Amino acid sequence: MIHSLFLINASGDIFLEKHWKSVVSRSVCDYFFEAQERATEPENVPPVIPTPHHYLISVLRHHIYFVAVIQSEVPPLFVIEFLHRVVDTFQDYFGVCTEAAIKDNVVVVYELLEEMLDNGFPLATESNILKELIKPPTILRTMVNTITGSTNVGEQLPTGQLSVVPWRRTGVKYTNNEAYFDVVEEIDAIIDKSGSTITAEIQGVIDACVKLTGMPDLTLSFMNPRLLDDVSFHPCVRFKRWEAERILSFIPPDGNFRLLSYHVSSQNLVAIPVYVKHNITFREGSSQGRFDLTLGPKQTMGKAVESVLVSSQLPRGVLNANLNPSQGTYTFDPVTKLLTWDVGKINPQKLPSLKGTMSLQAGASKPDENPTINIQFKIQQMAISGLKVNRLDMYGEKYKPFKGIKYMTKAGKFQAGLPDKWTLEYIKTELLHKEIRIN
Amino acid sequence: MPSVLRNEDLKEMLESSKESLKLEAMKRIVGLIAKGKSASELFPAVVKNVASKNIELKKLVYVYLVRYAEEQQDLALLSISTFQRALKDPNQFIRASALRVLSSIRVPIIVPIMMLAIKEAAADLSPYVRKTSAHAIQKLYSLDPDQKEQLIEVIEKLLKDKSTLVAGSVVMAFEEVCPDRIDLIHKNYRKLCNLLVDVEEWGQVVIISMLTRYARTQFTSPWMEVRFDENKAFYDSDSEEKKDQTEAKPYVMDPDHRLLLRNTKPLLQSRNTAVVMAVAQLYWHLAPKHEVSIVTKSLVRLLRSHREVQYIVLQNIATMSIQRKGMFEPFIKSFYVRSTDATHIKTLKLEILTNLANEANISTILREFQTYVKSQDKAFAAATIQAIGRCATNISEVTDTCLNGLVLLLSNRDEAVVAESIVVIKKLLQTQPTQHGDIIKHMAKLFDNVTVPMARASILWLMGEYCEKVPKIAPDVLRKMAKTFTAEEDIVKLQTVNLAAKLYLTNSKQTKLLTQYILNLGKYDQNYDIRDRTRFIRQLIVPNEKSGALSKYARRILLAPKPAPVLESAFKDRDRYQLGTLSHSLNLKATGYQELPDWPAVAPDQSVRNVEIVEPQRIKADLFWVSNVHCPCVCTESGSESEEESSEDSEKTSSDSGKSSSGSEKSSSESESDQKKKKKTKKAQQKKNKPAADRYAEIPAVSGFGSFLPKLEFITIMISFFYDFFFFCQHCLFPQNDSKNPTFRTSGISLFHMSFQVTTSSFGPLKTYELLHHMTGKGLSAKYHFPRQPCLYQPSMVAVQLFFSQTKQISHPKCVSGSDNKKRLEPGASVTVSMGIDFSDSTQAANFQLCTKEDQFSVSIQPAVGELLMPSTMTEQDFCKEQGELLCDSNSVSRNETRCLTHRMFLLSCRFGGRTVSSRALVLLSLELSESSGALLTINTEKSVMASMLLRDLKQALAQA
Repeated sequence: MIHSLFLINASGDIFLEKHWKSVVSRSVCDYFFEAQERATEPENVPPVIPTPHHYLISVLRHHIYFVAVIQSEVPPLFVIEFLHRVVDTFQDYFGVCTEAAIKDNVVVVYELLEEMLDNGFPLATESNILKELIKPPTILRTMVNTITGSTNVGEQLPTGQLSVVPWRRTGVKYTNNEAYFDVVEEIDAIIDKSGSTITAEIQGVIDACVKLTGMPDLTLSFMNPRLLDDVSFHPCVRFKRWEAERILSFIPPDGNFRLLSYHVSSQNLVAIPVYVKHNITFREGSSQGRFDLTLGPKQTMGKAVESVLVSSQLPRGVLNANLNPSQGTYTFDPVTKLLTWDVGKINPQKLPSLKGTMSLQAGASKPDENPTINIQFKIQQMAISGLKVNRLDMYGEKYKPFKGIKYMTKAGKFQAGLPDKWTLEYIKTELLHKEIRIN
Repeated sequence: MPSVLRNEDLKEMLESSKESLKLEAMKRIVGLIAKGKSASELFPAVVKNVASKNIELKKLVYVYLVRYAEEQQDLALLSISTFQRALKDPNQFIRASALRVLSSIRVPIIVPIMMLAIKEAAADLSPYVRKTSAHAIQKLYSLDPDQKEQLIEVIEKLLKDKSTLVAGSVVMAFEEVCPDRIDLIHKNYRKLCNLLVDVEEWGQVVIISMLTRYARTQFTSPWMEVRFDENKAFYDSDSEEKKDQTEAKPYVMDPDHRLLLRNTKPLLQSRNTAVVMAVAQLYWHLAPKHEVSIVTKSLVRLLRSHREVQYIVLQNIATMSIQRKGMFEPFIKSFYVRSTDATHIKTLKLEILTNLANEANISTILREFQTYVKSQDKAFAAATIQAIGRCATNISEVTDTCLNGLVLLLSNRDEAVVAESIVVIKKLLQTQPTQHGDIIKHMAKLFDNVTVPMARASILWLMGEYCEKVPKIAPDVLRKMAKTFTAEEDIVKLQTVNLAAKLYLTNSKQTKLLTQYILNLGKYDQNYDIRDRTRFIRQLIVPNEKSGALSKYARRILLAPKPAPVLESAFKDRDRYQLGTLSHSLNLKATGYQELPDWPAVAPDQSVRNVEIVEPQRIKADLFWVSNVHCPCVCTESGSESEEESSEDSEKTSSDSGKSSSGSEKSSSESESDQKKKKKTKKAQQKKNKPAADRYAEIPAVSGFGSFLPKLEFITIMISFFYDFFFFCQHCLFPQNDSKNPTFRTSGISLFHMSFQVTTSSFGPLKTYELLHHMTGKGLSAKYHFPRQPCLYQPSMVAVQLFFSQTKQISHPKCVSGSDNKKRLEPGASVTVSMGIDFSDSTQAANFQLCTKEDQFSVSIQPAVGELLMPSTMTEQDFCKEQGELLCDSNSVSRNETRCLTHRMFLLSCRFGGRTVSSRALVLLSLELSESSGALLTINTEKSVMASMLLRDLKQALAQA
């Protein structure tokens, strides 16, 4: 399946290559570079590129292109998913996935890639299994190894590889048994100028950190499982049980993992936690523009909206902005025209606002774009979808674990202030005027 | 040359006696390989370390070896013996990695060695090693395709493997080596479907795509009924369509077809996007039309994933949305473009939005488009204008609105937008050429300001085509063009020539000179196309003595009404490729693409997939004996265990049992029993569910030992001993010339082959046990026995046959439900019912209730330990190897030896290999006669409790003999 892998950095150097079958010359990457040149942005390089004898499938993460060379038909998602898994593994092992980290740990990288694929087919991609095979490098271990001469490489087949629960290793022991679950939701929304929601969706995940001895069998139930109608699970979750009872039943992997991710679509009613009122006007012929923006909380169930950050790409014609924030600080970069306002916490009694004037380039025509406003925020102790965990039970082990659950809501792609509606009547009247003028 | 110097250093380090130095050297070499620098000169120095004790060093040497063996074939051969030795290592991990490296060395000379290693590994006890052998098959095949036939044999064998670990890899090998041998799949189809949920995710992708193809060859189309509603061209070829229409039989889905759909559905929830996509394409290609839409939500969810994933998923949705708008319409907002999307994502979303547009949502979509037109990304803005054009042609209600909107865009400040609008308007005007003189006039006014060649050309074409509608303006435009002709782009020049010709025909008075002038300019143009065109036009329109018959028709040729261009989706014919494939993504046939076959008009024989009844070979096993005296004799043993009873619903339990806790099993069996209660029939109900650990704690004494069966005539001498001893033997053997079966050595002289089959219990009396006495049963009596044949319902169950008989005259006849049929029991009549019990390899009794119309009787079935075993074929070598392995893997083995008095024995030694029914744990039994009066009986198995019970029973039996 996957023939070779090339890692290419932002400046276009191939800094690592690995072949699982016979060696493919790195000149095959020239086709990739061609495509890269054609694409204006790094993100615009097409993920699948055909060449006369091979196919290149690439992903871009952390400014590194991971280019897989394929020789025959294979589902492209298979390769893409695998490449992302490789990146995740690197990140897991080295903390960051940068060119420097990969170069420093080239031997571990090679050992990992060797274990992850056999003849181009994924062999071991579970982090628990890999960590038994190849221990992640730490400073302490490196020192111990240099002194004692022991190695980072396991001699035994990882226990998970053969068991029915490949994601969990056997013989796990902890003195403190604890299981933490974080329900994190990101809300994506587009709100138009008048404040009505165009789209709003929630992306939620439940990330877990489970440190439990032995082979615990956990069940997690929800107060309102109906919300979760579009979910994807970690392989440990038993599908049947979920389908029948709407209960998450699973033997957890050891350590950190993503238990499930879910999606509350725009068809459901999504509460919008903040609102934005803004008024940005430019007058024809004048070199001044007015800027007025106010933020306020909405449907937050009494929880504070924190770490609010507003950013907006102002039109090119704007030379400078002279604004007055009621709280927080703002910056305007005259080169990139990016306005950012670090608001902090929203006080419902005294709504934060940012008002002032913008100076325009002299002689430039009136900017025709309504700038979009991006908002970031965090709300602790609340999942905006209303999802609530009912209880967590453990079977199969005798001890009493410590259980914890945390909720958080964040803004994902939260945009406000797209242009007004294109009403058909409007166009028709406009056209009428035009026709009259033509005649 | 610094690199040479460094190589020298490395060589020195490798040859030093210090492990750490060697390791350091290897690490540097791997660094070199990673950078793509050559390190092949070091080969001799590196290969010496292949047998190093240091595992990390060894692994790095492997990396090196695999990379350079092809270049240094002779030297690479030096390492082969090390791998051959490692292939016999007791540690499965070492065996597997040795096979991995050995098979990765691309040196043709070792093909026979690889072949041998693969065959051995395919029969290995460790599923991990078997998985590795499946991978090795592909490697060997790419190295030497001539081995295909032999490799197919190995694949066939591995396909029968029940380990989830092996399934994905062997299907991968199948796809690579012999994707056309669909016949190999038949017997394994149901197993693969049932295992699917528990296979690792990468294997799932491969299996699903293989099964998609399989299903398309084996089942009939489920789309027949829907066809008549959808007047759209059917997905498949026309010929098939006709055939279907002729036979109007109601469609009944093959249960196996349904099984596949049902078992893949939960995988839509997988976290692996490739798995979700694989299931989605399976549903698209296989499911009845009304069921396909269940994949929508999952596909839309994938759009939240990485950019690259989005790209592929959007491509597939684009293809799907052309045929099935309804599937994605409710999710239309998910396809709204965000300013942060990459250009190719934006274009795909635009494509999908256009596909989804209909009368109801067009106004929303147009509003969205309006925003996109203002995008900074000019390529995207242009694409949006094209999309508006497509919407306008597809939905007649909005044609005018769109056209008006586009005209508005003509006054846009951005030239690219204006140009694109002109091109699209031109296409739109062609569809309804009447009453659009105004727009054409407006465009003529714009002409001076438009510089984009394509737009200019479009305006010129419009002028020419509709010159009669703008009789005053057109000649003026031509005049302007005559001035700038030489400076224009080629495409504009061509259209100028066209315009001139058309005007010459319609309005020659005003334009004759102008036309002559332009034709003269064109005649000397640098571009041959323009010269050609000029020459052609001149001959066509300007009458002279040489011009032939054609010029008469010039007007009809040039001013013929032209069909409007059809604005179509770029994804219109992508559906010739299977969704989710690389070929689909590229819209060109990739190497190795397997065409998705059309549905067969008539389904092939369904019974080929029947595993259990037709051919018991998967479950059956052949017993193998070696003895110094000739004593070929096969045994089945019977085994039994307590715990779970599950009547016939095998699928449910099988899919659960891999993963689920006792809790879920309980629930599934309970729901089952509820159903039965409703039927008011007799039923067997599972009572207990205990964790496995408890089971062993309370194993009851085994009362009777299995029945002793008479053996074959032809070895009568043996019999007196054998049927006392191997009570479980029940089978006959026929000498056959079948080379696939194990070889038996008889008396050390002749070799002959034997095949054994577990057949029905027609040989010898079976011991029947009382289940319910007719006194307690109020006239109903029940007996059971173990037929010692593979259970029909699930291989992990022990087959049990129940006999019910009605002894007394009772006013209420009773109903007995066996598998799914109800029967009334008339007085004096009897009925036989089969059921399967999964005892989970313990002899604990299975308790359940027999329900009649008015009574319930608690009964229990307790198996003898022998009933829990099934024979298993292996060669003598394998037997020894497995025995050695069970001895080595210290913690998992229980070994029992005993001395028993067997003074009447003839044979010197015999061996018996079997597996437990439920967990397929190997049980090896060997009997050796020692010089003294005793015999040594050895049982090797992981199941220590079972071993001790078996030992006790055997001792007892031997003592009686």
